[in-house]
Amino acid sequence: MNLAVTALDSTRGFLSPSGAEIVFVLVGLAVLGAALLTVTTKQLVHAALWLVVALGGLAIEYLLLTAEFIAWVQVLIYVGAVVVLVLFGLMLTRAPIGVSPDADSGNRWIALGVALAAAATLVTLVVDAFRSTWIDLGTVAGSTKANGVTLFRYWVLPFEALSVLLLAALVGAIVLSRREKKEP
Amino acid sequence: MHLVFPAVLAALLFCVGLYGVLARRNAVLMLMSVELMLNAVNLNLVAFDVWLRDTLHAGQALTLFTITVAAAEIGLGLAIVLLIFRNRGTADIDRVGRLADGDEKAGVDETEAETTVG
Repeated sequence: MNLAVTALDSTRGFLSPSGAEIVFVLVGLAVLGAALLTVTTKQLVHAALWLVVALGGLAIEYLLLTAEFIAWVQVLIYVGAVVVLVLFGLMLTRAPIGVSPDADSGNRWIALGVALAAAATLVTLVVDAFRSTWIDLGTVAGSTKANGVTLFRYWVLPFEALSVLLLAALVGAIVLSRREKKEP
Repeated sequence: MHLVFPAVLAALLFCVGLYGVLARRNAVLMLMSVELMLNAVNLNLVAFDVWLRDTLHAGQALTLFTITVAAAEIGLGLAIVLLIFRNRGTADIDRVGRLADGDEKAGVDETEAETTVG
């Protein structure tokens, strides 16, 4: 048993990354870059398109973590529906095509300071806490079958409550965006 | 896979979204940054669920719920933004200050916005 553990440990380390780890880091860098462009670009429509890259890259990360069902839900809901909604929102608020110089507000530098401080704190904390923790990716953790069984066996009540919430959001959005008839 | 990789990626993605929420002026761009923050949380949930091998798959079930709540949130948020745009003629959150705390300047800005519409 001890021998097996040490043999397993010898293959684990920062200096000898596995193939999945290399792919994860590369895709993670692409996701981070796309996210940075999403929040910094001055062209509003380009921001929505970079958001597609970031969310699609996250779907690949889910696949690498063997959560395949979540990955496809991510592609369907985020890349398919949410980004289309955002693009419609940009068009309906008459977002200018091309560079809009006032996309960022004046407190950009305060925001940068807050974000950098939060990033430094969180990354230090996370690296310190999980320095010697490994995920065992030997068996698939998030197959569609496993997810469906747990969702409809143990999580039925939250699932149904969520459908009521979706209905409420649907009705709310319709009520908010309905035009009132003007009194003559 | 080392757990640090997904955890650090989620932390950095959250901070990028935080910067976007604080620095963006257009309300739709702010909603996009909120989506980035929610996705960082989802990545954390999935990574910890896979790490802990939870038999109930609580992390992945919660991820599904978060995705649904995010979809509802962005639908309602965009409806509110469109309503504000229709009434004020701007989706600029710096200029929608009527609810701000005793801010004289916000009132001025708002009348300015109304004159640009009409």
